[in-house]
Amino acid sequence: MLTLQCPHCGVHAEETELTGGGEAHLKRFGPGSDDDAFEGYLFLRENPKGVHFERWRHSYGCGKWFHAARCTVTMEVFGTYTAQTSKPPQDLLDRISEKRPGWRWRDLNEPA
Amino acid sequence: MKRYSAFAVAREALTGHKGWERAWRKAQPKKRYDVVIVGAGGHGLATAYYLGKRFGITNVAIIEKGWLGGGNTGRNTTIIRSNYLQDPSAAIYEKARSLYETLSQDLNYNVMFSPRGVMMLAQTEHEVRGYLRTVHANALQGVKTRFITPAEVKKIVPIIRLDGPRYPVLGALWQDRGGTARHDAVAWGYARACSAMGMDIIQKCEVTGVRQEAGRVTGVQTTKGDIACDKLGIVVAGHSGVVANMAGFRLPIECVALQALVSEPIKPVMDCVVMANTVHGYMSQSDKGEMVIGGGADQFNNYSQRGSFHHVEETVRALIETFPMLSRLKMLRWWGGIVDMTGDRSPILSKTPLEGCFINCGWGTGGFKAIPGSGWGFAELMAKGHSPLTEEFSMWRFREGKFIDESVAAGVAH
Repeated sequence: MLTLQCPHCGVHAEETELTGGGEAHLKRFGPGSDDDAFEGYLFLRENPKGVHFERWRHSYGCGKWFHAARCTVTMEVFGTYTAQTSKPPQDLLDRISEKRPGWRWRDLNEPA
Repeated sequence: MKRYSAFAVAREALTGHKGWERAWRKAQPKKRYDVVIVGAGGHGLATAYYLGKRFGITNVAIIEKGWLGGGNTGRNTTIIRSNYLQDPSAAIYEKARSLYETLSQDLNYNVMFSPRGVMMLAQTEHEVRGYLRTVHANALQGVKTRFITPAEVKKIVPIIRLDGPRYPVLGALWQDRGGTARHDAVAWGYARACSAMGMDIIQKCEVTGVRQEAGRVTGVQTTKGDIACDKLGIVVAGHSGVVANMAGFRLPIECVALQALVSEPIKPVMDCVVMANTVHGYMSQSDKGEMVIGGGADQFNNYSQRGSFHHVEETVRALIETFPMLSRLKMLRWWGGIVDMTGDRSPILSKTPLEGCFINCGWGTGGFKAIPGSGWGFAELMAKGHSPLTEEFSMWRFREGKFIDESVAAGVAH
């Protein structure tokens, strides 16, 4: 069973307390954007076999949203961090690089 | 290929069963094929079979990372039905269901298709209304379904409890021509027929790259060397995103784990398939007597072929309220598969941005029932460049807003 530590209240919450929120760090597109931007934002999702960044909500706990970095193959959790950021913290990225050299995700500086 | 028949059984009985052949040849990859299909599951093998049978294209290789039929083809709950809401879905699923009816004869391989009837329970007022709508849609589509009363439900499934406090049975959507088939046999039967047409089925051969030149596919790199091809069909379910990545395009797909389990075998108690979509549970009884139970999908991306325990617990807990006699059964086996989910819960059978490369994926939680229809349409798409069955299932439909929205119509339990 998946357990994630909520970075807000510190509880090691297990899966049934949490709600998955899908891919993290999406850039939202509004009126005036072109079809490519809307398609990317609405439908195209990272679906990596390996390192993944996701949004989660501690629904049956403190109720707050947060981010998690997780491996989709081994279920290893690399860490959780606040929702108030557009990028994972550097020390977390370094930790992931140590464990999974050569890992790739979409460019965090580019919109999804 | 020696034909299977009663006569063959008698002949082999008299000669010590020494004359049976391998169902399909072991093959090593040639340098070049007209068509390479990646993925030797039901959909990939059916595609190859209809390429040969309908279009005479037999210089075909089907390459498979693991073993034949070892992915979702061997992990589903074997339900076959076509009571979908939208016209494009009804067309392809009904084509598949009708092909299943004669598949054993067509393939000369017993796929044990059993049209025992599929019942989708309505356990809320909303489901009643939804299924009444589906029945009307099905009538227009030429798919035979009927809405039945709780009394009729009880007559067909005597072990059901109609008046449960949380999940009362208010009626059901009934498709008497739906049922089950032996999932492995479907893959094996297609494989045997493909091999007999001279196609190569290459197992334990992983694709590691897609070769292209000037925007056109030229072949694949594999763990058994490079294989050149004119056309490439990607039919790899859970790993569609991984292979699409090699071919250089993205898919509107996310992969999650879906689970199923079987109970210990018991005497026959239920001779149809029952699906309870409110509680995300569906059940049938196998010929061995096991109750085959499918559950809900996990909420997070997963490639591990293992699911969360609490989903199984929820499914079983809810099913026990509707089927109290299940509560004393022991669980025998429990497994998961990785399903490729699209945003509208309908599949993708499509050309791709890479010329000559085609993709058949996104069947999500309900691909087994579609295998013959999917192969029929996808083979036509690959051979001719278009097919009436697959037209609406393009990978660009999301961009164009032309969804085939089955997530409301069919719920999670496909």
